[in-house]
Amino acid sequence: MGKSLFQKVWEAHTVGSLADGRTQLFIGTHLIHEVTSPQAFGMLRDLGLKVKYPKRTFATVDHIVPTINQDAPQDPLASDMMEALQQNCDEFGVTYFDLKSGKQGIVHVVGPEQGITQPGTTIACGDSHTATHGAFGAIAFGIGTTQVRDVLATQTMALAPVKVRRIEVNGELQPGVYAKDVILHIIRQLGAKGGIGYAYEYAGDVFDRMSMEERMTVCNMSIEGGARCGYVNPDAKTLAYLKGRPYVDMNDFDATAERWLSFASDADAHYDDIVKIDAADIEPTVTWGISPDHGISISENIPDPAHAKSNEQKATIEEALSYMKLEAGMPIDGVKIDVAFIGSCTNGRLSDFREVAKYIKGHKVADGVQAIVVPGSQIVAHQGKGLDKIFSEAGFEWRGAGCSMCLAMNPDKLVGDQICASSSNRNFKGRQGSPTGRTVLMSPVMVAAAAIKGHVTDARKLFTIDSQAVAS
Amino acid sequence: MAIEPVTQVTGRGVFIPGADIDTDRIIPARFMKCVTFDGLGEFAFYDVRFNPDTGEKTDHPLNDERFKGASILLAGVNFGCGSSREHAPQSLKKYGFDGVIAESFAEIFFGNSTTLGMPCVVASAENIARLRADVEADPSVEITIDIENLKVFSSSGMEFNVEMPASAQEALVSGRWDPIQELLDNSSAIETTAEKLFYV
Ligand code: SF4
Repeated sequence: MGKSLFQKVWEAHTVGSLADGRTQLFIGTHLIHEVTSPQAFGMLRDLGLKVKYPKRTFATVDHIVPTINQDAPQDPLASDMMEALQQNCDEFGVTYFDLKSGKQGIVHVVGPEQGITQPGTTIACGDSHTATHGAFGAIAFGIGTTQVRDVLATQTMALAPVKVRRIEVNGELQPGVYAKDVILHIIRQLGAKGGIGYAYEYAGDVFDRMSMEERMTVCNMSIEGGARCGYVNPDAKTLAYLKGRPYVDMNDFDATAERWLSFASDADAHYDDIVKIDAADIEPTVTWGISPDHGISISENIPDPAHAKSNEQKATIEEALSYMKLEAGMPIDGVKIDVAFIGSCTNGRLSDFREVAKYIKGHKVADGVQAIVVPGSQIVAHQGKGLDKIFSEAGFEWRGAGCSMCLAMNPDKLVGDQICASSSNRNFKGRQGSPTGRTVLMSPVMVAAAAIKGHVTDARKLFTIDSQAVAS
Repeated sequence: MAIEPVTQVTGRGVFIPGADIDTDRIIPARFMKCVTFDGLGEFAFYDVRFNPDTGEKTDHPLNDERFKGASILLAGVNFGCGSSREHAPQSLKKYGFDGVIAESFAEIFFGNSTTLGMPCVVASAENIARLRADVEADPSVEITIDIENLKVFSSSGMEFNVEMPASAQEALVSGRWDPIQELLDNSSAIETTAEKLFYV
């Protein structure tokens, strides 16, 4: 019986077994940002430890950085954190992509962009969306701050292996159905805790056809499905994306490429579970509630607790409806929005903005809607030159790079109970900065359509989306 | 680095209602602008403890005087889902919780809690519901999580089995819940692994 990529990478990085039975796993690449690293550096200092492989840790600033006047946050706590990161990187010899570098951005955008994210490697970052890097065939874990300390001090951490579930999506996606819809659909099917104890391997025609950026969108939300990590096997697209990037060794690229591909799952690999999904069943999907598995297709109605399958489900639906101030049984299409946000490590890459820009020409954001577009990195912002005009003409604000309105740590926040059509990954209560703020997750094109209409709507009715959404 | 074994924790309990209590709920992101974890305790469950519009205390169980000083948290399914922020278990620990009993836990939260020496054990919905009823009828009921034997006892007379992965149990009872020393001790094995890796 063959091996899955997960098993191969795990074995290659195993240092040994710890007394409690866990594995001491070597972490090839460590990514850090300003929010979850200062405490870890503090712990290192307390213990008198050094960073063992400073060249294997890379830092950037994303969560708290403002998207307007980036280097001068009004919030003194934010500037403290930015300064602490700078100091820690200087003191411990860590590479830092700061605001002046022209390479700053959301850590999960920066890693791939720089070619730091590579197949067959282990990656850890004190951020749950580290799974994003799995798009390259890396095993990438989100970790806590104490583990950030462990990785800094030893380049390893204690972990128990997980099971592997292969999720196959075969067939053709309908036009207007994007990578975001695919993952929202998977999470809806398997549940927000369906992935507990698993790594997700995404396989089948649909992922084979996806661009690297689309694969990142899918892997990014593995964590919303409860999985520890998610990945796509490396292939020719992976190689083409990485070739020539700053951190890719070009000395003998063919040999490197061969090594990378050798980590792909064997055809007869063992899986603990296999789930098959038909691409034709996937519709543009949006969330109506407060958990990422509260997804429905744009043409469906908001669930009615009266039809719940269990008391627990009934209570969850009631809680979600009361928080969202939505009525059971009403169509999600037509729900008014106040804010539209396109960005985040899920959908803040160049291809996301390009796809939206194709359709918004000649349209205007509805009165009373604030629409913001936030590139995932300075490089995306730079490459998007020209797109900014298209967005501005349509009434969207084009901002500086960062996490922005994905979470509540910088000035971009919802106010009161505003509803936001958002291309980000979490619709938890209060996630977007206001304790009563409401989030409706969807693909970037759907966000743009909602911004223009002023309410949640089927983008396919507003725009002519005849192209195959997933790049071929 | 001597670390105390955690073989059992005892204290009064409080039930936090709801499934899928995520880490944003446990510690809202705006309180994460800190360079140390000190002082996080007072922000645990902040947005559900205080009315966001008026700032007034809500009827959240943690505001209920009867449960003041409770140190065992009882919860439902998928407790601690969402972000990997260690700020979440840190805030619970600093708030005064020594252990959590829930129907299930999100993995990163579980691991982060173990690493802080705060045991999280899984119990059946029925047992949690009964324990909750006992605690709500009489908040002075003492609950013990016995990590060595994977049992929970209460002074109200309940006794039931709980689950926890063997590695976490072993780490807690042997005082190795903070793995740093053991990781550091394997320095030469780490270097051997690094040498074999093509990209390091
Ligand atoms: S964009 Fe959102 S999910 Fe991604 S790293 Fe930033 S805060 Fe986390």
